[in-house]
Amino acid sequence: MNAAALPKRTTAGSQAGGFCGHCGEPDDGGTGPASCIHRRCGELMALEPPRYCPSCRRRMKVQVTPLGWSAECSRHGVLVP
Amino acid sequence: MTIQANAPTSENTSKNTGDANTTEARYEILDTARRQVLEDGIGLTQEQLVEVLRLPDEALPAALQLAHEVRLKHCGEDVEVEGIISIKTGGCPEDCHFCSQSGLFDSPVRGVWLDIPELVNAAKETAATGATEFCIVAAVRGPDIKLMNQIKFAIDRINEAVDINIACSLGMLTQRQVDQLAEWGVHRYNHNLETARSYFPEVVTTHSYEERLETCNMVKAAGMELCCGALIGMGETLEQRAELAAQLAALEPHEVPLNFLNPRPGTPLENQGIMDGRDALRAIAAFRLAMPRTVLRYAGGRELTLGDLGTREGLLGGINAVIVGNYLTTLGRPATADLNLLVELNMPIKELQKTL
Ligand code: SF4
Ligand SMILES: [Zn+2]
Ligand SMILES: [Zn+2]
Repeated sequence: MNAAALPKRTTAGSQAGGFCGHCGEPDDGGTGPASCIHRRCGELMALEPPRYCPSCRRRMKVQVTPLGWSAECSRHGVLVP
Repeated sequence: MTIQANAPTSENTSKNTGDANTTEARYEILDTARRQVLEDGIGLTQEQLVEVLRLPDEALPAALQLAHEVRLKHCGEDVEVEGIISIKTGGCPEDCHFCSQSGLFDSPVRGVWLDIPELVNAAKETAATGATEFCIVAAVRGPDIKLMNQIKFAIDRINEAVDINIACSLGMLTQRQVDQLAEWGVHRYNHNLETARSYFPEVVTTHSYEERLETCNMVKAAGMELCCGALIGMGETLEQRAELAAQLAALEPHEVPLNFLNPRPGTPLENQGIMDGRDALRAIAAFRLAMPRTVLRYAGGRELTLGDLGTREGLLGGINAVIVGNYLTTLGRPATADLNLLVELNMPIKELQKTL
């Protein structure tokens, strides 16, 4: 799949009702009890890009560069910081 | 006056008397290091390094101060800034137990290749931070023809686009590959020892320490600068940490990147805790006292192990180079945070000296 053809999305606002980008488990985006188990995941994500698509929990293709990163889900497009 | 290592002098340790200057304890190993390393430029031996790594917390500021003086005298005040990038991520056939890029573990890191335009763009962005080094890394046992061709192409495109020294880290090399990289103008090659010889079999089983040393020696013999690093906090003993520093010193690498374990999900070391920040600082001082003239670089894991305060202490404790921005699969602190810190500490960024 050509990443350029997919829409670019940012992580902001993409979590609710989906999956944790760090561990891939269901995440209610901070609105219910599931968010508690991901507090540590959230802290860790300050120092690492998401690995799981927040929409479908597929493992994403992640590219880290010195000043940025991008994470591509084959279904849901490219996430950028 | 001095007495035994680890034992402060009795006359000066009373907590209630006098000002801080007169209560400062003295440690024999630091006095020895002042003469041997600072004045004579001779690194500490393995046994001496164990003493440094065992210094109590009260002695840490003095150890860091001495390491800083050694760095200033033998390396100068410049700090070398580097950016690193992964051209081929994940799917490595090796089993380094700390690594999220091994294909043998159930890690969330997926295999991916970076395309050359993105690589060139990253080189430009890196150079714009003032960095003089750009290191291209691949998660492989050693390069195949496809990777070598990609590297040659990447080097040419980067050289057309931007002025920056190019380094590579592509695993174990054959003599022919060493010669090719040298011919293409790769000025530095990274190949880490990672850990002490005596601990290596606990951490890697798919290749040997000797194979690592072979690549390191070929790189040096070909006239490339050798960058050979350490990863500490993997459960090695202090003696093994000293052993590693001594084994690195014996190789006389141009640069030593110092990594602190960042335990990665899915790897055999995922439950190893993050090492204590003071132990990390003791290690920084010890590595500098083992290798007075080497470029000693902050590499991965410092954000977790040392935090902002520790980062600063290390830069005033023997470190004279940084990886700026992100790492290969994890993120660093913002490049501006490090660059601003260098300005604040009055440490100039080393300028580009291209040897063509
Ligand atoms: S050789 Fe390098 S990329 Fe491969 S598992 Fe070891 S550290 Fe990771
Ligand atoms: Zn999570
Ligand atoms: Zn998806």
